[in-house]
Amino acid sequence: MKHATFLRFFLPTATAMLLFIALPIVSVLIQSVHAPHDRVVVEVENCTPFGCTKSTVIDQAATERLREEKPQGRFVGLDIYRDRSHLAFSEIGEAWNQATGAGDFFARLMNLPFYRALVFTLTYMVFVTPLSILLGFVVALAVNAIPRLFRGPVIFFSLLPMIVTPLIGALILFWMVDSRGIIGAAVQWLANDPNLSLKASTTLTWIMLIVYGTWSTAPFAFVVYYAGLQTVPQDSLESAMLDGATRWHRIRYIVLPHLMPLTVFMFLIKIMDNFRVFEPIVSFNAAAHAQSLSYFIYSDLGGETRLLSSAAATSVLTIAGVLVLLSPVLVRTWRQFGKA
Amino acid sequence: MMRTMKTALTLAALLAAGTAQAQVNCGVTSGRVNIVGNEFPAIKTVAANAAKCQTGTLTVKSNLTSTHQRINLPGMQGNPAEYTAAIIATSSIVALMNENVIRPLDALVAADGKDIPKNQLITIDGKVMAVAFMANAQHLVYRKDILSQVGAEPPKTYEDMIRIGKQIRERGILKHPIGGAYKSGWALGEEFVNMYTGYGADFFKPGTAEVAINNPRGIAALNTMKALTELMHPDFLTHDNNETNAEWKSGNLAMMNMWGSRTGVLMVKEGNDPKVAENTMVGAPMTVGGGKIPATTLWWDGWTVARNISDEDARATFLALKNGISPSILNDETMGQAVWMIAGYKPAPVNQGVMQTMAMGAKPYPMLPYMGLLHTALGEGIAPFLQGRKDAETTLADIEKAYTTAAKEKGFLK
Repeated sequence: MKHATFLRFFLPTATAMLLFIALPIVSVLIQSVHAPHDRVVVEVENCTPFGCTKSTVIDQAATERLREEKPQGRFVGLDIYRDRSHLAFSEIGEAWNQATGAGDFFARLMNLPFYRALVFTLTYMVFVTPLSILLGFVVALAVNAIPRLFRGPVIFFSLLPMIVTPLIGALILFWMVDSRGIIGAAVQWLANDPNLSLKASTTLTWIMLIVYGTWSTAPFAFVVYYAGLQTVPQDSLESAMLDGATRWHRIRYIVLPHLMPLTVFMFLIKIMDNFRVFEPIVSFNAAAHAQSLSYFIYSDLGGETRLLSSAAATSVLTIAGVLVLLSPVLVRTWRQFGKA
Repeated sequence: MMRTMKTALTLAALLAAGTAQAQVNCGVTSGRVNIVGNEFPAIKTVAANAAKCQTGTLTVKSNLTSTHQRINLPGMQGNPAEYTAAIIATSSIVALMNENVIRPLDALVAADGKDIPKNQLITIDGKVMAVAFMANAQHLVYRKDILSQVGAEPPKTYEDMIRIGKQIRERGILKHPIGGAYKSGWALGEEFVNMYTGYGADFFKPGTAEVAINNPRGIAALNTMKALTELMHPDFLTHDNNETNAEWKSGNLAMMNMWGSRTGVLMVKEGNDPKVAENTMVGAPMTVGGGKIPATTLWWDGWTVARNISDEDARATFLALKNGISPSILNDETMGQAVWMIAGYKPAPVNQGVMQTMAMGAKPYPMLPYMGLLHTALGEGIAPFLQGRKDAETTLADIEKAYTTAAKEKGFLK
């Protein structure tokens, strides 16, 4: 394709990406290094149906003057990134100096919200990404092996977890794992412990979230692999069979290498998705046991007093996290295709 | 017989529909009114009565939703504001005050609202900022039959509640006799605010935004909460008001601290287990630690008028909402919906809990610009203590740190 043709072809997409992806990210970056002005607080008397009390309010006139001088807020540099709710450098330094050993240091680190959330986010990602891709692959192989007549309905049922709205799917499971629900009661019976509750135990909550994550995202891997399986060269498979290759050998030496680019692509997408895990935490009411970076953004924006700068800083850190995680794959892709 | 009943029903429905659309002279004929607010029966009544002022040139719209707090501020920041009025409560007015999106009502009250009783006017720094129409609070709800089975009077203190709860468990009547909205987040924060208020300490150093909850009373409040949770269903950190009420309806609970506005539905026989509904009683809120003030907070619900709208629309909004809370809205159906602050209100038995809360001198929820930040920090920070992962002092210290970080970002602290 000529460069000029390519440019004209690509221009609308590039404009849309610039407007709706790049510019908002820049705005989030700017937001994260600014904070609201110092509030001028004055003491006043408030009267309600329950009597009068001394209280404080914001002096709006004084705050308005500050705001007019600098509409962007006060510039705080990287202060928000460094504070206790985010990277907490000074708290880590303190923990390092005061800790009695590695275990104690780790315990102190886990007391900082950002790192606690990071541990859950990474654990979730590390388990859900390969498990959901593996499950999707196995289902795709199974569906590909059954007679064509049954494939339609089976494909439909395999896709159900993805068709059901995530919040609803999670809510149904949430009721099932309740200690009075079918799964919760079954677990109690299996463990022979009537006080066992999936929702009250941090470990079990994490396992539940990981199982849910795998279940709900496996259909994506299944669809992609199923499409990929249709393109596996039949003559290679047939000649392998003539040579006496078992089903396992054919999968291992022909199918898997053929599907490798798809697998890399799915790892990319899934790592990004799982690093931003959010919905299961909300729908399983799991915030007391598991928090993720995305959940922090939600919680900062959902309170009665919104913390925009804090949410912006967490967003930037999330983007940075995704870039770090994807960098090995991105570098490899760049080497492969960039030189051509 | 059946036919006559049907005719009567149809007629009644027609009449009801007729009255709902009947126009009322509200003293204003043109303008734009758009109300945003929470969704529960009492607020629906107010909005519906405000809508009766509608004429060809006066439009009255409303958007009532449980997520009102996410939309009211953005909806009032534009100029002109999309919402001309917000129905808010003790804590949520603060978010609107902080951003300066609601207007003082003194001039409107002087011109058109002299008949609004003084005690309904919420004044902040001498300016009327809202008009309250109902009161709400959390108070004791108990099962008469279960308490009499163990020979106990309704608890007056949280210590009593824990003692009776243990008796109920020991007698094998219920495994988890106590209920409460302890869901991590706003609900859990609110329970701490209640308990800490009962111990009679201040949340902040007076006149400043410096938090002061890490003290012996804060620790005592946490320990009482933990003692309560040991008698609750193990999933308590996932139970909000709705879940707790569902547990109550299933007959799994004997005592709980519940909102007055949410108790009525537990006492009606239709749709409920009659044994549970008939034995559900409301009582005064409990005290704790030998304190005199109940361990609960008083709330009012009221309406405000947006700043960024024309004076004409502001007057139309004021008059429409004034009609929405006029004594004429009280009838058999609306009377029990809330503890109304409207002349002519007669409390129903279900409202006794809130009435007694007021009579006992409960404190209102603190209306401070930075209270919301502390509430969020409490809601996120208490769970590790109740799970046994942190001791009380570290928990409170960490909550103070989380609050201070947020308050610095918001410019309340240097």
